[in-house]
Amino acid sequence: MSITPVSDIRLSRRYRFSASHRLFSDELSEAENRAIFGKCANPYGHGHDYVLEVRVRGPLDAETGRIVDLNTLDTLVHEAVLKPFEHCNLNIDILEFRTLVPTTENLALVVEQRLAAQWKQMFSEPPLERVRLDRIKIEETKRNIFEVQSVR
Amino acid sequence: MLITRKVEFSASHLCYHPGLSEERNRAIYGAAANIHGHGHNYILEVSLDGTPDPVTGMVFDLKELKDVLNREIVDPMDHRFLNHEVPPFDTVVPTVENVAIEIWRRLEPHFSGKVHLKNVRLFETEDLYVDYAGE
Repeated sequence: MSITPVSDIRLSRRYRFSASHRLFSDELSEAENRAIFGKCANPYGHGHDYVLEVRVRGPLDAETGRIVDLNTLDTLVHEAVLKPFEHCNLNIDILEFRTLVPTTENLALVVEQRLAAQWKQMFSEPPLERVRLDRIKIEETKRNIFEVQSVR
Repeated sequence: MLITRKVEFSASHLCYHPGLSEERNRAIYGAAANIHGHGHNYILEVSLDGTPDPVTGMVFDLKELKDVLNREIVDPMDHRFLNHEVPPFDTVVPTVENVAIEIWRRLEPHFSGKVHLKNVRLFETEDLYVDYAGE
């Protein structure tokens, strides 16, 4: 039920999770870690209330007036990201960060990879199969914001 | 250069497709299918693309933009029940996608000269918004 076909519209949904991290690389000396990461390298870590924004893009389903089934999107984000990441220690609890510094740049990339890995399976039924992951944006704090475009 | 103006309007709606079963409506729209409706504080961001006029230094007269937004969007939609009072939502489900598309259609003809409508961003809630940039 739309007047004329709409081929390209974007929908953004925001989610929140709180987690701790420590920015520290085993490949660097103590002094180098301190120089690069500053107080983010403090041994016991610290935390943030992250805001995750997931943007999807595709044609409008003329019948429902939706671009994406929000339940399916919410389920995917909850299962792949929010459930494992909520109130966790990113360095210890999240597999990817055992070998990767959990900067919010890397966090955005990991979230993109996790969502993309299950995307086709979650959105396999018509008309959902035409919606694609477009962008991941994470606010580490209100002042530090990171975006990565999904180009799969 | 892009210029963006933000306006707000509050309206009620429900998302229910009469051609679908109660169960399908519930599955697609969730609580938004509740038959008596509910409301949102919509926030609309309208972006225009153009070049500053060499004399005025402005891409577009913001007073005129404000008037167009009030006339086309805020006056007809603010404090209205979209399904009952704002066509085409008597026959089109007023999802946030469709409301943004309708806003684009109302605004686009006003910006066909030196400036053009670049993007319509409509927040239904703080955590859900759409961007539509035309076809």
